[in-house]
Amino acid sequence: MTSLTHLQRLEAEAIHIMREVVAEAERPVMLYSVGKDSAVMLHLARKAFYPSPPPFPLLHVDTTWKFKAMYDLRDRMAKESGMELLVYQNPEAAERGINPFDHGALHTDMWKTEGLKQALDKYGFDAAFGGARRDEEKSRAKERIFSFRTASHGWDPKNQRPELWNLYNARKNKGESIRVFPISNWTELDIWQYIHLNDVPIVPLYFAEERPTYIWEGQLFMADDIDRLEQVLGARPEIVNRSIRFRTLGCFPLTGAVESTAKTLPEVIQETLLTTTSERQGRVIDKDAGGAGMEVKKQQGYF
Amino acid sequence: MADTNEPIYQTEALIAEDIDAYLTQHERKTMLRFITCGSVDDGKSTLIGRLLYDSKMIFEDQLAALENDSRKVGTQGQEIDFALLVDGLAAEREQGITIDVAYRFFNTEKRKFIVADCPGHEQYTRNMVTGASTADLAVILIDARKGVLVQTRRHSYLCHLIGIRNIVLAVNKMDLVGYDQKVFDDIVADYAAFARSIGIEHFTALPISGFKGDNITTLSDNTPWYKGPTLVEHLETVEVLSSVDADKPFRMPVQWVNRPNLDFRGFSGLIATGRVRTGDTVRVLPSGKTSTVTRIVTLGGDLDEAVAGQSVTLCFADEIDCSRGDVIAIADNPPQTSDQFEATLVWLNDDALHVGRAYWLKLGTQTVSATIQQPKYVVNVNDPSGVGSHLAAKTLDLNAIGVVELATDRPVVFEPYADNRALGGFILIDKITNATVAAGMLHFSLRRAQNVHWQPTDITRADHAALKNQTPRVLWFTGLSGAGKSTIANEVEKRLNLMNRHTFLLDGDNVRHGLNKDLGFTEADRIENIRRVGEVAKLMADAGLIVLTAFISPFRAERDMVRQMIPAGEFIEIYVDTPLAVAEQRDVKGLYKKARAGELKNFTGIDSPYEPPEAPEIRVNTAEMSAEEAAEHIIRQLLPLK
Repeated sequence: MTSLTHLQRLEAEAIHIMREVVAEAERPVMLYSVGKDSAVMLHLARKAFYPSPPPFPLLHVDTTWKFKAMYDLRDRMAKESGMELLVYQNPEAAERGINPFDHGALHTDMWKTEGLKQALDKYGFDAAFGGARRDEEKSRAKERIFSFRTASHGWDPKNQRPELWNLYNARKNKGESIRVFPISNWTELDIWQYIHLNDVPIVPLYFAEERPTYIWEGQLFMADDIDRLEQVLGARPEIVNRSIRFRTLGCFPLTGAVESTAKTLPEVIQETLLTTTSERQGRVIDKDAGGAGMEVKKQQGYF
Repeated sequence: MADTNEPIYQTEALIAEDIDAYLTQHERKTMLRFITCGSVDDGKSTLIGRLLYDSKMIFEDQLAALENDSRKVGTQGQEIDFALLVDGLAAEREQGITIDVAYRFFNTEKRKFIVADCPGHEQYTRNMVTGASTADLAVILIDARKGVLVQTRRHSYLCHLIGIRNIVLAVNKMDLVGYDQKVFDDIVADYAAFARSIGIEHFTALPISGFKGDNITTLSDNTPWYKGPTLVEHLETVEVLSSVDADKPFRMPVQWVNRPNLDFRGFSGLIATGRVRTGDTVRVLPSGKTSTVTRIVTLGGDLDEAVAGQSVTLCFADEIDCSRGDVIAIADNPPQTSDQFEATLVWLNDDALHVGRAYWLKLGTQTVSATIQQPKYVVNVNDPSGVGSHLAAKTLDLNAIGVVELATDRPVVFEPYADNRALGGFILIDKITNATVAAGMLHFSLRRAQNVHWQPTDITRADHAALKNQTPRVLWFTGLSGAGKSTIANEVEKRLNLMNRHTFLLDGDNVRHGLNKDLGFTEADRIENIRRVGEVAKLMADAGLIVLTAFISPFRAERDMVRQMIPAGEFIEIYVDTPLAVAEQRDVKGLYKKARAGELKNFTGIDSPYEPPEAPEIRVNTAEMSAEEAAEHIIRQLLPLK
């Protein structure tokens, strides 16, 4: 009798899902946000199609407000994996100078939600891999692995296709698309452990280091691009070097840092496990519309 | 009373003191997937919330939100309402019920668990079947105050149907019956009698309280008469499905052919059952060709052996044909192939089964076209006295479970579902809406399929066509009654005849005098009418003829079914586009008048729908052109005829 470990089973499931999409979709793409979940997803894609490179491009829906270290890793990983990298920035958001300080929720809506829809339409992608996990948030716990979207990218939680065994229905009409979540069944701990076991490259910001920081509205931030910060904040914040790291990575002015001394993966995992606040808490998006923030955003087309 | 606030697991100390040891322990964990089911108020969400809470899967900020929500909308007074952790979507938070399958995750020292939280409402049977399809185990909850209910029987039946062998009967809310052993024993005896009657051979019964935490992670002092195991102990030790699958014969459905360059050709898939080693002789189904496995390729380096549950890429010693949809199996014990089956279907869609209509059937990586016959019977899952008994039925409605015969257009590599979920479980997909309409489980191949083979003939359809100096065609006229299909088809045939073409006109009314005289005008009969005409048209086209058919053929799905039967380019759909008002005004046969008077049921355009073609090869509008003009227009579109 042989028992595969939970990580072996999760890995096999994700690979199976990716191959099904490549076999059945006309024009798949992998959404790549450069975070740790994206890193694992990309690694799984390379495993799934080895020795071929993954037969689809990487798409980064950029807000222009990501950490510099993220742009660096993004470009390096695209090169290493032999995949085409597409970077999309919503031209309207750029033109109107949308930024996280002055525009709040509109920043996410314009750069990410609208940017994603525009990019998918522009390239005609009919299937997009995303690194969302069911343990992240309550409405995601109910989403299918193959999540069907209307031609206007809407999600209808009441009308999801039943998903039985490992049989995925990838059929759709012209203009409709599917979002596919190969790591739906992974938890945050699984992601960390997999990165640890497989030496998956991740952005160094996940590890603690002395970095320039400032406090804004009670939260701790890293001063990644101080000149640009000064422009939008209207003042140069006081910069103090602190040993910090990030539990989650997004736009640098929206992503809170935590003080930490965890410099290795086991130390990061240790800190994560002993911590008492959940992963997404540093991000604003879940709570926008009361208890149902993410669900509303998803119906509008956010990943 | 059990301690409600302290997490029971000892992992926290290990994490703090020796993270490497903890990671090694976590790395070795196996995974168990289970579902929880029960009636609306049996406390499923509370139990899951409790498991998450006890295994430290709730963070402080979530806990604060939970305490806050508990006071606002909770049903437990000032105490924590664990159910609020689990009920995700806005609609169900308002209604206070779970309406879809939600997946939750927690760990203990031995295992990672994925829980499918399944709803208790009757109309959501489809969600339960969905959750059960990937489960190793089912926890069936019973409210100790209420005992075995209809819902309990229904859920137990569904779990058994989907093939879950590990059933846990969790008698919940024991705190509300004073932890009375007699209450527990009576419920277990009652359930045991029912379980035997539907074929459940074994189950494990536990007295618990999800709310208070009794017998969840530690044995409760409140039930000294119960000696264990606790729920978590049981979940940690029960055998998982993938271990059982590893001991079966090797089968791997091919998902994708990996061909980066001329020097490498690998076949990628998830091993469904058994194990494979380099040097093994394997057989590719349905072709039956054999070869030897030379490599098991992964990014981390080649493997000597791989087992059920792993995603791999195999290389062969010989260049044999093998593509997506094929199944690679151990050579001396391959699965069977058939195109006619008996199966159980669980209907998952609001649009009921259309007997005779072609659906996509997806099984493993094979997708074929399948038609379903009228159910032999449906299984009664509602009547309290007779869960599992058989009833007659003409179709399958949402949430109905029935046994049917089905035929596929190509041979399918399969095994009975009871032996192999991956090669016996399938879904049906509506060809027009693309909805997943049913889940199915194959029982066995029907004998007639095994004994009927294609007889090869020497004179091919190309030979027939060459002799007639024409390309065979099927000119499929569709449109409302009175649109002018027969008149125009007749005009077209006259012109083709003058051009020395070999033709035959199949007319709707004429065919119903003979070949289809046994059929009426119900939806099922109309589908069968078109299927037969399609088969006849196909035979005539095989004989080299240009076939003209004039049938209302109101449903898109059936016209597409015929299109699939005929070689590409030879099926010409001609939409005789006449507005209903015009056709009704003509009313050549007086049928509209009868239909309007209610003397004629199921009349297209009146009380039965007509689905116009979305992209017909040819369209003629008879409100604007005469029959002769329409015929000329069609002939011009058809040229050249060879």
